Amino acid sequence: MRIELERRPEVSRLFSLLSPVIALALMMIFGGIMFLLLGKNPITALYSFFIEPLMEVWSLHELAIKAAPLILIGVGLSVCYRSNNWNIGAEGQFIAGAIAGSILPVVFHEWHSPLVLPLMLLLGMLGGALFAGIPAFLKAHLNTNEILTSLMLVYVAQLFLDWLVRGYWRNPGGLNFPETRTFDPVAVLPEMIASGRTHWGFGFAILAAVAIWFMMRYTLKGFEITVLGQSERAGRFAGFSTRKMIWFSMLLSGALAGLAGIAEVSGAIQQLRPVISPGYGFTAIIVAFLGRLNPLGIIVAGLVLALTYLGGEAAQLSLGVSDKVTRVFQGLLLFFVLSCDTLIRYKIKLVWSNLTGTATEGAH
Amino acid sequence: MKKILFALATTAAVIGFSAAASAADKAKVCFVYVGSKTDGGWTQAHDLGRQELEKALGDKVETQFLENVPEGPDAERAIERLARSGCGLIFTTSFGFMDATVKIAAKFPDVKFEHATGYKTAPNLATYNSRFYEGRYIQGQIAAKISQKGVAGYIASFPIPEVVMGINSFVIGARTINPDFKIKVVWANTWFDPGKEADAAKALIDQGVDVLTQHTDTTAPMQVAAERGIKAFGQASDMVKAGPKTQLTAIVDTWGAYYIKRTQAFIDGKWESTSSWDGLKDGILTMAPYTNMPDDVKALAEATEAKIRSGELKPFTGPLKKQDGSEWLKAGETADDGTLLGMNFYVEGVDDKLPQ
Repeated sequence: MRIELERRPEVSRLFSLLSPVIALALMMIFGGIMFLLLGKNPITALYSFFIEPLMEVWSLHELAIKAAPLILIGVGLSVCYRSNNWNIGAEGQFIAGAIAGSILPVVFHEWHSPLVLPLMLLLGMLGGALFAGIPAFLKAHLNTNEILTSLMLVYVAQLFLDWLVRGYWRNPGGLNFPETRTFDPVAVLPEMIASGRTHWGFGFAILAAVAIWFMMRYTLKGFEITVLGQSERAGRFAGFSTRKMIWFSMLLSGALAGLAGIAEVSGAIQQLRPVISPGYGFTAIIVAFLGRLNPLGIIVAGLVLALTYLGGEAAQLSLGVSDKVTRVFQGLLLFFVLSCDTLIRYKIKLVWSNLTGTATEGAH
Repeated sequence: MKKILFALATTAAVIGFSAAASAADKAKVCFVYVGSKTDGGWTQAHDLGRQELEKALGDKVETQFLENVPEGPDAERAIERLARSGCGLIFTTSFGFMDATVKIAAKFPDVKFEHATGYKTAPNLATYNSRFYEGRYIQGQIAAKISQKGVAGYIASFPIPEVVMGINSFVIGARTINPDFKIKVVWANTWFDPGKEADAAKALIDQGVDVLTQHTDTTAPMQVAAERGIKAFGQASDMVKAGPKTQLTAIVDTWGAYYIKRTQAFIDGKWESTSSWDGLKDGILTMAPYTNMPDDVKALAEATEAKIRSGELKPFTGPLKKQDGSEWLKAGETADDGTLLGMNFYVEGVDDKLPQ
């Protein structure tokens, strides 16, 4: 006996829309069972995971801070993935942007001017875009696989940052610790709302998401991206250039990841350290797919994923569970999203014997 | 009806009162860990300290912790969450939490903070550290006795004064036994990475060292040493389980004594912002049992430990030369704490160039 997936002739629109909701519900049920097995009250557990972080103002700010880089990167990635360019290296572009943007506050730290911050943001986007330009060039002109090249460049970026903060950029007053000097106030991304810590990175994330949503929906460029992504041949007949699309999508997503990087460094960390991201560039891939590659969906997905991080901490405190439970929870979410998606498009068929298949083939 | 209401109201009042009373009685002490509480090294030592605190103060104290908190913005959030959840005293147990702790301490003046191994204080922010280097000195002497080749391997984390101090103390100790003793250093550039630490251990053993010590947190180097049949020292926690036939001794961090002392002061309303730097005599670090060595070496180690404990022996006492041969301390001169805390040079006998 074996199991086969058979494509459904028609995909239910209702269920495709409901799929993330079903996945979330399933995650809650199975998460609840997990807590029950751990000897915790599942209701309090789920409450501290999903409700508690939303009940206080400061916590909402933390949610926005955590979600900002995920959304910003995820939105850029959605353009890439829709156009069939598999940029896996957003983590590296994030770091490249952070490094490029930090040139001003670290190397030219004596320059105090209102121009510093805008220039930093521009440099950050430029840094991220240039770094994404490497796999773009390799794919467009040498036909290499961008999944491999962009992924490998992540390690290059991480090690380069590591080398910088231990070497030339190390804080002269930092007792040899591997970190740069802290940024001057002119180089710090200001807070958005008076009530808390949320910096403008979150604002950029929302603006970017809305702008990309508009582009995808109402402009010719958006149409071009979709057509080339779904059928390269059809796109070529329409006069669209695959090569230009590689450059466009990679540079755009690189620039957004770079912006996320410099916004995070300037708004939240205020210095460069050997590690500046707990894997935002990779988590954003999950966010992009969880949001259905739709920029507005990605805002929601980014917030949901950020919530699981914050909820994980709240649960550690109120229930005394290990932080591994958070990882399991995130895993459950992704598992159910993917399986719901699959089951909406395909149905499971049990095939009792292989013989039928071979027999018909034999008859031909 | 009125009676029922009255009864309800009294019950509510009693419940409310007792809740308030228990909250006031119990000091809530919280911990932020950089690693997993079962890492077998640094964080586990802090968590054991927390458990000791609970045992010692019983009903008077309630503890909570957050583990695997990354340094950076996540640390700030974690510390703020604890401050908001009613913690009165918060210990942040990694150097990298320094700036985050400073920021949150400024925001919550009524909460007391203690940051391990840092140097920034505030009226409600104390720092605490341990004189790990005292244990390193003993290790150095043991290594010089045990090593056939006169070369030890040292897996170091970051070139910060704390680590440089340990390397120097080890060499100074070793050279009291064998004046030609040398150590080779590999910078793993991590506190916690079993893979990198194991690689560093292999590289050192391949270069011919026959005793290994580490200033990183996992048991990986100990396991490699066990596989290759050489001896090694544990770090932060007793690692004898990872190398029953390998571990000579280990510097065991016993933060419990400090946590109990400070929490008691907090409960008594006598907590003050201090910069504490205790050593073997205060019980903040202890040496794991001396094993896998001849009796005379064990006796020597115990004697040295007793001397350090009594204050008779201070590891950084001249005559000592820097790596380049220039004089550092004259005979009988002892380095002061300020010099130690900013240490950025090697003493004679270190076969490495300090990353600057």
